[in-house]
Amino acid sequence: MNSTAETITATGIPSGKIGVWWFLASEITVFGGFIASYIVVRLGSSGWSEAAAHLNFSLALVNTFVLLTSSLTMVLAFAAVEGGNRKRLRTYLWLTILLGLTFLAIKAFEYGGEIAAGFTPGAGIFWSFYYGMTGLHALHVLGGVVVNLILLFATLRGLLKPNEHRVELAGLYWHFVDIVWIFLFPLLYLT
Amino acid sequence: MSEKLGFWRTYLFSTDHKTIAKQYFTLGLLWAIVGGLTAYLMRWQLAFPDTEVPGWGFIAPDFYNMLVTMHGTILVFFVAMPILLATFGNFLIPLMIGARDMAFPRLNMLSFWVFALASLVLLISFFVPGGAASAGWTGYPPLSAKADYTGVGWGINLWILALALEFISFLMGGINFLTTTINLRAPGMTFFRLPLIIWMQITAAVLFMLSVGPLIAGAVMLLMDRTLGTTFYLPEGGGEPLLWQHLFWFFGHPEVYVILLPGLGMVLETMPAFSRKPIFGYRPIIYSTIAAGILSFIVWAHHQFISGMDPRLAMPFSITTIIISVPFALIVFAMIATLWRASIHFSTPMLFALGTLSVFILGGLTGIFNGSAPIDIYIHDTYFVVAHFHYTLFSATFFAGFAGITYWFPKMFGRMMNETLGKIHFWLTFIFFNATFIPMHFVGLGGMMRRIANPMEYEFLKSLQPVNEFITVCAILLLISQIPFVVNFLWSMIRGSVAERNPWQANTLEWSAPSPPPHGNFETIPVVYRSPYEYSSPEATEDWLPQDRPLTPSAAARQ
Amino acid sequence: MLNWFPENISTFGGEIDSLFYLILYITGAWFIATEGLIVFFLIRFRRRQGSKAAYLPGETLRQASWILVPCVVVLVLDLWIDFRGAAVWAKVKGGMPPSDLRIQVTAKQFNWEIVYPGPDGKLGTADDLLMENELHVPAGKVVHVVLKSKDVIHSFFLPNLRLKQDIVPGREIEAWFEATKPGKYEIPCAELCGFGHSGMNGWLHVHTADDYAKWVREQWPSEK
Ligand SMILES: [Cu+2]
Ligand SMILES: [Cu+2]
Repeated sequence: MNSTAETITATGIPSGKIGVWWFLASEITVFGGFIASYIVVRLGSSGWSEAAAHLNFSLALVNTFVLLTSSLTMVLAFAAVEGGNRKRLRTYLWLTILLGLTFLAIKAFEYGGEIAAGFTPGAGIFWSFYYGMTGLHALHVLGGVVVNLILLFATLRGLLKPNEHRVELAGLYWHFVDIVWIFLFPLLYLT
Repeated sequence: MSEKLGFWRTYLFSTDHKTIAKQYFTLGLLWAIVGGLTAYLMRWQLAFPDTEVPGWGFIAPDFYNMLVTMHGTILVFFVAMPILLATFGNFLIPLMIGARDMAFPRLNMLSFWVFALASLVLLISFFVPGGAASAGWTGYPPLSAKADYTGVGWGINLWILALALEFISFLMGGINFLTTTINLRAPGMTFFRLPLIIWMQITAAVLFMLSVGPLIAGAVMLLMDRTLGTTFYLPEGGGEPLLWQHLFWFFGHPEVYVILLPGLGMVLETMPAFSRKPIFGYRPIIYSTIAAGILSFIVWAHHQFISGMDPRLAMPFSITTIIISVPFALIVFAMIATLWRASIHFSTPMLFALGTLSVFILGGLTGIFNGSAPIDIYIHDTYFVVAHFHYTLFSATFFAGFAGITYWFPKMFGRMMNETLGKIHFWLTFIFFNATFIPMHFVGLGGMMRRIANPMEYEFLKSLQPVNEFITVCAILLLISQIPFVVNFLWSMIRGSVAERNPWQANTLEWSAPSPPPHGNFETIPVVYRSPYEYSSPEATEDWLPQDRPLTPSAAARQ
Repeated sequence: MLNWFPENISTFGGEIDSLFYLILYITGAWFIATEGLIVFFLIRFRRRQGSKAAYLPGETLRQASWILVPCVVVLVLDLWIDFRGAAVWAKVKGGMPPSDLRIQVTAKQFNWEIVYPGPDGKLGTADDLLMENELHVPAGKVVHVVLKSKDVIHSFFLPNLRLKQDIVPGREIEAWFEATKPGKYEIPCAELCGFGHSGMNGWLHVHTADDYAKWVREQWPSEK
């Protein structure tokens, strides 16, 4: 191996983990900034609840369960790594990816319904925030799906062996995306 | 280490932190030339309005707005950040903490290429129909949110995209800086033995990573307003124009320190080496840096005293802003105290370090005027502000940048720079910098607004025109003064005398690696025994004592 | 004394100017002290044959107090500046002295539209009068200006009155001033607002009480 790849670290924590935590810290401020903007602008004007009433609450509820379940399958994928069970790892990665795609499909269906009803991104300030926040979140879900796909292909080709801790790192990110949704859902749908 | 990598992997798609540092430096310098050109065009137009600029032609008002916008954008995001953070951070962090490379070398390569992509996008934006962005580097909506208001269409979209890519690049870089410093320190290199520039770099990385998020969200909103018809910033659709200002400046003030702190770091490294004396108050400086970093998150509205926000918010922000002078005063006092009873050698890096210090003091002091809310009513958006931030940012970017480059040049390229040319460069730069920007304060106090293309359109500014002409002449001379540097830099790279490992007899770890260090940096990973500034220590016979030199045979045997 | 500002003609401008000089003296003293010390040290402690630098890490409290004590002085002076500043800010932007003269200024790319309320003293009535880029006010009287924008952010700047206020579309922002000296002064826009920003300028006409009454009679001849 290249001599630059050192495995011993000064803190004993794997570098990948520290990196992902810093990444998530800055991601928190992205969504934190968006959510803070939403709250501040909302407090300064009216008519938001009426607009929010046009959202498809039941679909979003289903979607929340889809995403929560995907977090569970992600945990199970990590448990499979710990247990050394490659087959179960593949199964759970597959499930997580499928659930992520389901979430995106339902979200796209929701968008379609809203746009058909005339609630486009330009339909008012609530809709600006609705499309902005859920859109940015959906992009993050898509990113997570891509990461999981890369891991899945690596396991299929047997390349993941030395880097199985990456499943844990991908999991950290996936749970983060899940938690963001837990904040967005009540802010947009329940108020 | 010994394996041959071939041309592509050695020079272009390298994962070696030193090569990546040089790549950032090259792009930063290229952008600096464009930035200098924009300054030349603006200054000519201001001094001799609506005359033909030699070598260019006439400047229309909307083109002038584009110059203003691009000058700020380029200098802050495409010169200061790649040079101060990316170049020196990448080059120095692994070398100074005793690591072989960054924690994530491939991520490091990726961050450079994302930055290169950002550069490309920004470059393309000059040539799209409608021209490049012209809503100011601060991009205040609604002006920036609707193409009708500026006449600029894709120019601003690409400007937002370029900034977003730049932010992503520096986020990846920041993750690398922090993880590397936390995890790859050599044995014995505790946090309180880190050289101060490393402290400055990682504080800057933390500030950047925690402040840029909201602006990324804000940039998404701005791009959506421009392309998808949302109304985040458009009052006719229930939006709030001031929201952008809060998001922008919540990032903007920490961003100033993202640039400034590495600049101060260069001074803190060069000064002890050429004073042969420990930096005075190592830990107080670290605590001050952290305090200033924390304070920088609660001062942002000093850019918005008269923006239309609730006037009751002004004084709290004014107080935090003015109090931020305390930690910086401590750093300045510490630098001055380092000179006391020193043995000062006026080498080129030292001259630039001293130049940084003396220029930064004036920039810091004029900040008190801007930070005072009632004074800001008058001087806001005038040339006083312009003069102020050039005193802080030019000192950090150029004076400190030159201090850094002349100090570490032997390590980077294995050759020495020419001292005579270096000194000529310093004195010309120092004289013409002050001659350019000191009068600018007075023009500002006379009431001259920023971002106007023609001061002669205003009766009350006509008497200031001779000063504007003087500033322009000095600014052009300041630009010409950079020629000795370019000559010296290129010539020394090829023909400079070969540098030894430690030409300055300095203490930090990079000087125990070969000049230039090979891939992997050190023959064996050094072991650190002491803090980085043990100059003239009573424990040693010479006036320097490297961090990795065991003093007693028993200490050496323990390793 | 020093004439690098435009002539001040407002009741609060003097306070802004004197706060400026207070800060100038404080920062000026620091400037001379620090830069002077640097130059002195550079000459006094330049490298000489056989001399060795002192070993002073400044880590003990005893040594560090050389830089800590000046920092305390900085803090005290900061608070003094804040304290003085708070009073001036409260006067200019904190509240508005009462007045029956309310004029509306609507900024647009690239003009000031100035609406006078007319004899009834109310904006938005039939006797309102619109003038482009001309603001007529009497000296010695508090004037309220209602600031609005039709498009982008502009900044209403009266250099001689030391008054500046950004104008944000979607908001109505009120500012006030009291001019002390009759004359003709400029009203530039201080916030980048598009290609016509440079040159976006209006005129403030400050009249004596008599002249102002005459101007009012000319504008609204039918009224008494
Ligand atoms: Cu600031
Ligand atoms: Cu304007």
